[in-house]
Amino acid sequence: MSVQAPLTSLTQQVVPVHAGDHVIATGFAKDTALFALADGTVVAADGGETRRIAAHPGAGLLVATLDGASLVTGGDDGRVVRTGADGGTEEIGNAGGRWIDAVAAAPGGAVAWSSGRKVTARDEKGRLRHWDAPSTPQGLCFAPKGYRLAVSHYNGVSLWFPNTDASPELLPWKGSHLDVTWSADGRFVVSSMQENTLHGWRLPEKADMRMSGYPSKTRSFAWSHDGNWLATSGADAAIVWPFASKEGPMGKAPRECGIRPAKVTRVAFHPASLVLAVGYDDGFILLCRLTDAAELLVRKAEKDEGQVTAFAWDRKGRRLAFGTEGGAAGVLTLPG
Amino acid sequence: MTDKIPVTVLTGYLGAGKTTLLNRILTEDHGKKFAVIVNEFGEIGIDNDLVVGADEEVFEMNNGCICCTVRGDLIRIIEGLMKRRGKFDAIIVETTGLADPAPVAQTFFVDQDVSDKARLDAVVTVADAKWLSARLKDAPEAKNQIAFADVIIVNKTDLVTPEELAEVEGRIRAINPYAVLHRTQRAAVPLEAVLGRNAFDLERILEIEPAFLETDADHHHHDHDHDHGHHHHGSLGHYHDEHMQSVSVRLGEVDPEKFMPWINDLTQREGPNILRCKGIMAFTNEPKRFVFQGVHMILDGDLQQDWKPGEKRESRLVFIGRDLDVEAIRKGALACAA
Repeated sequence: MSVQAPLTSLTQQVVPVHAGDHVIATGFAKDTALFALADGTVVAADGGETRRIAAHPGAGLLVATLDGASLVTGGDDGRVVRTGADGGTEEIGNAGGRWIDAVAAAPGGAVAWSSGRKVTARDEKGRLRHWDAPSTPQGLCFAPKGYRLAVSHYNGVSLWFPNTDASPELLPWKGSHLDVTWSADGRFVVSSMQENTLHGWRLPEKADMRMSGYPSKTRSFAWSHDGNWLATSGADAAIVWPFASKEGPMGKAPRECGIRPAKVTRVAFHPASLVLAVGYDDGFILLCRLTDAAELLVRKAEKDEGQVTAFAWDRKGRRLAFGTEGGAAGVLTLPG
Repeated sequence: MTDKIPVTVLTGYLGAGKTTLLNRILTEDHGKKFAVIVNEFGEIGIDNDLVVGADEEVFEMNNGCICCTVRGDLIRIIEGLMKRRGKFDAIIVETTGLADPAPVAQTFFVDQDVSDKARLDAVVTVADAKWLSARLKDAPEAKNQIAFADVIIVNKTDLVTPEELAEVEGRIRAINPYAVLHRTQRAAVPLEAVLGRNAFDLERILEIEPAFLETDADHHHHDHDHDHGHHHHGSLGHYHDEHMQSVSVRLGEVDPEKFMPWINDLTQREGPNILRCKGIMAFTNEPKRFVFQGVHMILDGDLQQDWKPGEKRESRLVFIGRDLDVEAIRKGALACAA
């Protein structure tokens, strides 16, 4: 037994949003919080008001991401749809009824998606380029600079320049790669793997690094604003790897934030400070400060509302939007 | 959150009648909704059901186990389907005619996210009564599908004579003595014969009383349920398959200190060749039955219900596999006797 100070609570600062179905992703477009739901709906929450937008009418929504100004969703209807803060929708891609397996967006407006083995990149002017991956990609991520895409698949990650005819550069590593992320300085590509590990490559040498010890798969990544830390889900705490040195996390132990008897399912770094939002499989949400390990409660565990499945900070870091598997959602506004 | 979604795997060599069976399942008036994972779009299309195309991507796991393969596409598709839970009651996976059922089955044991939300109900194999005997000779895939099955639909029985039918069933039994067999024309089989089988549920293994475990002497005092259409064969072993065998062993009480290391070692060593195994064991001084089952190297076992007072405490095991050293397995099992 130990005596702990009660957790400071921010729960009063949370405005709930009735989503009503599995929240796939969330994000802010201007001042509007957008929530992509598995039933094909996008919910737009602006202050106390919510609107429901049928982004994929009669279909389901599988993947979604935010490109800074709008939400990009891919559905089981094979459509890729952009939904803006004003509620307007635009179909920007169509895979002919096949599931959209992954989407990615770049801040400049470029978007990429994959369906089966086919990867499509759409630049900000709407020009499409295609590439057939060696096996069905699971994750897509744009490079921080330049028009380049990381595509994770079986036995490695491919780095593709959509505007050139050169074949993509393969970062090989045996096994099935799930999600992929690229560091802000462009020097590291990290993927999560089927065997509950992460694999990283330091560029341009393609030096391999393995980050293991997770009890389950990592399905959420977050880089700190200064690029020095990579937070990951998949354990009973957020596992935060140090990337400040030239070698990355090689030979270093990660930090653990927010240890609880539950599995971390989502992580999101504050855009301007070393504060990490941590979401768990019981719906609990904490803010953890890396510098002094201080913790703030955002949301208590809620029976039947399921795991936290979506997180996003707004650009200034004043608000945090979240959603769960059971269809609960909300927006936290930081005091002050 | 709620119960796990049952998944039925439908296999069968090209032309055996898989699609006919699938269409029959989907069109029958049962009030259920299915999510169907198929390899080719177009052949089926039912308004109420979700149909998903798959690519049969078989992945090796980096866990040092060479036979441990999973269907990567299935993991992804089930993850996607689970976002739309409530839209369907069960999942059916149709494999191509040349597919090995093992990676599909192993996906449900190896992948935590899948096994948290879905459970393998049974592997159902459709066999062509007229052509299966020939396929067993020239197509290793057809043999795998028979060996792996929990339920075998011997289809197109109208195209063969009773003698030919007896021969094909004999060949099936030589490879797989415990699957439940149904004879059909145009794959007409009651829905409950293929769905809701719980074939991978340890509790249900106790209820299974296949032909291989029966002898005339002790046939009558077991409390089993007979499945309708389950054809009993008094005399197995007329047919012998050169590469695919089954070994069944029965003995009395077993010493767990000997048995556990033996079964672990056997499945680790012979895992690539052992397709399926099942057993009910009477451990010394243990009032409960120990029940196990396995797919290649993956073993799952637990203590289940008590032995009844006065019931004969007998251990029974079966292994189905390729090029098994039958005598070594039998001797090894018998050496575990208490």
